[in-house]
Amino acid sequence: MNRHLISAADLSRDDAVLILDTSDELARLADRPIKKLPTLRGRTVVNLFFEDSTRTRISFEAAAKRLSADVINFSAKGSSVAKGESLKDTALTLEAMGADAVIIRHGASGAAHRLAGWVRGSVLNAGDGTHEHPTQALLDAFTIRRRLRGTGAAGARGAGLDGLRVTIVGDVLHSRVARSNVLLLSTLGAEVTLAAPPTLLPLAVGSWPCAVSYDLDSELSKSDVVMMLRVQQERMSAAYFPSVREYSRRYGLDAARMARLPGHAIVMHPGPMNRGVEIAAEVADSVRSTIVEQVANGVTTRMAVLYLLLGGTEFPATGEAR
Amino acid sequence: MTGNGSWLIRGVTIPGRDEKATSILIAGGSVTAIGPDLDHPGAKTLDAGGLIALPGLVDLHTHLREPGREDAETVETGTAAAALGGYTAVHAMANTDPVADTAGVVEQVWRLGRTAGHCDVQPVGAVTLGLNGARLAELGTMADSAARVRVFSDDGRCVSDPLLMRRALEYVKAFDGVIAQHAQDPRLTEGAQLNEGEMSARLGLAGWPAVAEEAIIARDCLLAAHVGSALHVCHVSTAGSAEIIRWAKSKGWPVTAEVTPHHLLLTDELAAGYDPVFKVNPPLRTEADVAELRRALADGTIDCVATDHAPHPVEAKESEWAEAAFGMTGLETALRVVQRAMVETGLLDWAGVADRMSVRPARIGRLTAHGHPLTPGAPGHLTLYDPAAPAEAVTPAGASKSRNTPFAGMELPGRVVATFLRGVPAVLDGKLA
Amino acid sequence: MHALHPARNQAAGVDGAAGGGPARPDPPDPKTAVPKTVLEPAEIGRALTRIAHEILERTDGAADVLLLGIPTRGVPLSRRLAERIERVEGRPVPHGSLDITMYRDDLRLRPARALGRTEVPPEGIDGAVVVIVDDVLYSGRTVRAALDALNDLGRPRAVQLAVLIDRGHRELPVRPDYVGKNLPTSKQEVVRVLLTEVDSQDAVIIGRAATTEQRSGT
Repeated sequence: MNRHLISAADLSRDDAVLILDTSDELARLADRPIKKLPTLRGRTVVNLFFEDSTRTRISFEAAAKRLSADVINFSAKGSSVAKGESLKDTALTLEAMGADAVIIRHGASGAAHRLAGWVRGSVLNAGDGTHEHPTQALLDAFTIRRRLRGTGAAGARGAGLDGLRVTIVGDVLHSRVARSNVLLLSTLGAEVTLAAPPTLLPLAVGSWPCAVSYDLDSELSKSDVVMMLRVQQERMSAAYFPSVREYSRRYGLDAARMARLPGHAIVMHPGPMNRGVEIAAEVADSVRSTIVEQVANGVTTRMAVLYLLLGGTEFPATGEAR
Repeated sequence: MTGNGSWLIRGVTIPGRDEKATSILIAGGSVTAIGPDLDHPGAKTLDAGGLIALPGLVDLHTHLREPGREDAETVETGTAAAALGGYTAVHAMANTDPVADTAGVVEQVWRLGRTAGHCDVQPVGAVTLGLNGARLAELGTMADSAARVRVFSDDGRCVSDPLLMRRALEYVKAFDGVIAQHAQDPRLTEGAQLNEGEMSARLGLAGWPAVAEEAIIARDCLLAAHVGSALHVCHVSTAGSAEIIRWAKSKGWPVTAEVTPHHLLLTDELAAGYDPVFKVNPPLRTEADVAELRRALADGTIDCVATDHAPHPVEAKESEWAEAAFGMTGLETALRVVQRAMVETGLLDWAGVADRMSVRPARIGRLTAHGHPLTPGAPGHLTLYDPAAPAEAVTPAGASKSRNTPFAGMELPGRVVATFLRGVPAVLDGKLA
Repeated sequence: MHALHPARNQAAGVDGAAGGGPARPDPPDPKTAVPKTVLEPAEIGRALTRIAHEILERTDGAADVLLLGIPTRGVPLSRRLAERIERVEGRPVPHGSLDITMYRDDLRLRPARALGRTEVPPEGIDGAVVVIVDDVLYSGRTVRAALDALNDLGRPRAVQLAVLIDRGHRELPVRPDYVGKNLPTSKQEVVRVLLTEVDSQDAVIIGRAATTEQRSGT
C-alpha cells in the first residue's frame, strides 16, 4: 500500500497533530551543532518541479538532506519535458531510478493524483495547479500553533487549533494554498473565514467548511490570524476586479487595518508577496508578521512529513491506497 | 442449401406490437412479412427466442475522425463499432481534418462508408468554413452533392455569432436542412475543464457553467422561431437546457434535441480521481441534471439519444486532466446504457427506445430509408437485442480503434445480437458478420 | 522441569553486578501465563537508591555527570536518580531526556512513531560523563541508537548505562554499568515497567506476549 500526501483532506485530526508535534521536536535541531539525523539514510527523494519555484524546492531539499536522504532535483526547464515528454514518461523514468518519494510541483490540477498511479514510491504534492498545497497548510498551521499556543511540552503538544479564528484574504478561486488551508485548519478545529470579492470565490464555496465574507473590515477585530494570499495582476484583465487600486483599497492589509487587529493577532503570507497590493510593506515587516519564520517552519514541517511518510509504514492513517 | 439471401427471424418480440413472440421475414432488402409461423423456402433461419427486434438504430452524432485523425478511428472501424452497437446509420460529424466544409470531403466520407459496408454513413456538413465561425460554408453545394447533406453542424465549436447563426438557419430552409448547434458560449467557457460546481471547486479545475449552454440554446430557439427554420440542439446536458427546450416546443417552435448515453448515467463526481476518461464536452453534470434529462427524454422533450462517439488515442487521455482531450466513445455501449438508465428505471419502454433511437433521429436527419417501424414493406434495417442477457462488465477493447470509454468496468445489461442492413446481416451473434 | 517461579528464585541473591551474558531462557509454563509482579514499589526504590550510590562511587562524586533518560520511562527514572544523588551530595545533578526515535535501526519495519522529547542542558554534553538511563535493557538496539544520537549532540568524556531491568537476549555488544535487577526471561515474555509519573503506580510486571510486535522489543 502506497502512502501519499496529495490533499490536506488525506489527513485526519490525529495525523495533523502528529505532524505538528513531530515538527515541534524537529525544530530543536536548529540548536544543535550537527543539524542532521540519519533517519532516511539510503532513501532517494526526487524533487520533480515542473513550475519554477526555487523557494519551495530548496525547502524540500533541505528537509530531505537533514534527514540524510539522497536528493535528486529535476526541473522542467531545459529538460526532456520541455521537449514534449509526457508526465507519464517522466514518471516511469523516475521509477526506473528507484525513487522512494517524489515531490511534485506542477501547473495542472490533479498532476499529483496521476503521478501516484504511475510510481511505487510516496508522492508528496508540492502544489498542483489550483488544487492543493498540503505542506504549505501544514507549515501555516505549525506557525499558528507556535505563535498562539506555545511550543514544547509545556505548550502545545497534542493540541490542535481549536477556537482560533483565521481569516484568509484574497484570490481564493485560484489558490491551492487556500484550498489546503481551509481543509486542514478546520480539521484542526480552527474557525476559518474567507474574505474576498465574489468574483474570486468559487460559486460552490458554500459547501466548504468555512464562513465567507465580502467585507474584510468587519472581520479584522475578530481574527486571531490574517492570512493574505497573493493576487496576480493578470486577473484584472480577465475582469475579476476592475483595478489593482480598487482591490487594494477594499482587500489590502495596510497599516490602518493592521492596527485594528487584536493585540495578539498575527499576519501571514505564503509568499511571494506583492508589496503594496495585498499587503503593505510596513505590515509585512512588522512584528506581527510571521512571513520569515514561515520559511524556517517550512523546512521543519517538511522534515516531519518526510519522516512520517518514509520513516516507517502506514502513514497517513486515513490515507486511501491510490 | 445456398439460400436466396432471405432471412427468417423466429420467436422474436417486436415492442409496440402485441408482446407475443412472432417471426419476421426479410427478403430482397426489405421486411416482407411479419407473423407467427411464417415459412419461406431458401431462407436462413435465426432463432431469436427471448430477443426483441428494433428498427435499425440511427445515430445523429458520431465522430468517425477520417479524414485526418485515423490514429483514433477510421470510417471502417467506426462503422464496425456502430454495427456492433445495433446502428444501421450514423451521421459523421464535420470536424475532421480537412474539415467537411466542401462537397469533396463529404463525398469522400460518404464513399468510405459505402465501401466499408457495416452501416450507412450520412456525412454532416460544417456550418462555417474551417469551423471558424466567420463565413458560411457552401451549404447548398454540400446538399446537392452525392452525400446529400441535410444536417449541418460546427460541432466541437459553437456557432456563437448570433448573426451568422441566424443566416445559417435561414439559408438551409431552401433544401429542408437543419442546423445542429453545439451550444457553448466561448467567452463563458474559456479554459473550462469540468462542470462548474462543488467538484470543480474542490478539484481546482476551471468550471464550465450550465448557463453557457442554456443561454445559447435560448437564443437559438428564439432565432429558429423568428426565421421559421429547423434547429437541432446537440448533446443537451443540463436540466435548465431541457426546460428551455420544453418551453420552445410548447410554443410550437421547430426545435429538436438529443442527449448522449453518458449524460443519462454519469455525473461529475467521477472526476474525483482526475482520470481524463471522464473529461467530455459538454461536461458530466450533477444528479439533478441526470434526473431531468431522463424525464425529458421520456416525455419527448428531448427527441433522441445520440452517442457523440468521440474516439481518442491513448496518449490523449493519459495525461494530466487539463492536457487531455475531451470526449468519450459510445457506439458499442449506447443501447445497454439506455436500458440501464431508461428501461430499468421504468421511464421508457422498448417501443419508446425504438422511437428515440431510430424513428426520431432518422426523421431529424431526413434519412428516408431509416427509422421505419417494423412492418411489411419497411426497409430491411433492424436490430436484434437481448435485454435479458446477464449484466457484464464493459471492457475497453472493442471494434473501435480507441479505448476511451467511461463505462469500463461497469456492469451493464443487455447484448446486441444481430444487426441487419438492407436485409443483409452486418452483425450476427454479437460479432461482425 | 523447572520451578514454578524461576524469576523469584533468582531474585534473592542477585546484585547489580554487570550481567551481560545471555540469560537461561525459560520455556513459558502455560500455568504462569498470568502476568505477575516481580518488583514491588519498595524494591524499585531500593534498587534506584543503590544505583545512585554506585554512580557516586564510580564517578568520583558525580562531578561531571549528566543523566539522560530515554523516553518514555527512562525520563522519570533519571529524575529519581538525580534526586537521590542530590540528597546525598547536597547539590543538584543535571538531568534531561534523549529521544532516539530518529536513530532506530528498525524504522522500516514499523509505523513511524511519534517523537519523544529531547532536553539537554544548555551547556551541552561536551566533556560530560553521560549516564544513559532506561527502564529495560533487552536487545541493546535502543542503546546503540542512543550512542548515535549522543554523537550528533557533542562529545562526552564518557558514556555509561543505567537500567532498572536487564532481561537478557542481547543482539549487540552492549553492557550496562548499573542494573537494578537482572531478570532472565524468555522471548515469549513481556516485561513492563510501570512508574507513578506515567502509569500511576510503581511495579515491574512480567507476562506473556500477545503479539509478535510485543515479542520483539528493544
